[in-house]
Amino acid sequence: MPQEYLPILILLALATGFAVVNLGVSFFFGCRRPTAEKDTAYECGIVPETNARGRFSVKFFLVAMLFIVFDVETIFLFPWAVVFRELGGFGLAAMTPFMLLLIASLIYEWKRGALEWD
Amino acid sequence: MELPFFYLFSVGIIGASILMVTRANVIHAALLLVLTFFFLSGVYVLAGAEFLAVVQILLYAGGIMVLYLFSIMLMSVDVAVRLRQFHRQTIFAMATAVLLALEIWMVLSRGTSYPAFKSFGWGIGATPGNVEALGSVLYTQFLFPFEVASVLLLAAMIGAIVLAKRTIDR
Repeated sequence: MPQEYLPILILLALATGFAVVNLGVSFFFGCRRPTAEKDTAYECGIVPETNARGRFSVKFFLVAMLFIVFDVETIFLFPWAVVFRELGGFGLAAMTPFMLLLIASLIYEWKRGALEWD
Repeated sequence: MELPFFYLFSVGIIGASILMVTRANVIHAALLLVLTFFFLSGVYVLAGAEFLAVVQILLYAGGIMVLYLFSIMLMSVDVAVRLRQFHRQTIFAMATAVLLALEIWMVLSRGTSYPAFKSFGWGIGATPGNVEALGSVLYTQFLFPFEVASVLLLAAMIGAIVLAKRTIDR
């Protein structure tokens, strides 16, 4: 069984190797003539406004929290979908309260304005 | 065939974990934790727990790490890096580690005769796949814990909104 996952491991190794080799080659063989302009943080071409280590709004935390909750709920749908045919009507009945609570939480979140940014 | 990979992943887990707890920069520690999750996922695949391996990456490396990073970004990283750590938890941490090691040793020394192993009718390889095996018991035998989990998720979400929204509205 684990042998089937060897291609994924090879892909991970290739991806890591690509990053390590590229960064390593430019680190060891690249020439460095640093200037104040070159040392500024790269901000997609625009001049960086503030230090990137500043404090972020708590709104981001709320977004991350909601993301995790719905992420966990989505994870539960995967094994259910795989065995849906075997479980039949019972499987549907088992999932209904779960989905209703999921929809209820979405409605609550929407009405409470948690999806609004301001 | 599997043994070298097990050692590779184990060394990765231990190495990345040790690096993680010894970093002064909390962002570096968080990234090393992601690396630990990936190696852990490899061990799960070797153990035949493919679903857990995917969940480990999707949820922990993808979701929980985002939460960790946002939590780190909420505080001043610059100040945290410069602070010297005074936690005074060394004795408590060592006691917890010894207790955990004892628990792991207790389970491992009993092997498959441990009660938790016997309560399942199916073993690794008896079913077409780990996801199918999980699905066939989660929505039948363990239906009640599953539904309770959905209520718990709802409570977690409402709690997050109530706490964070109160801070935002203020």
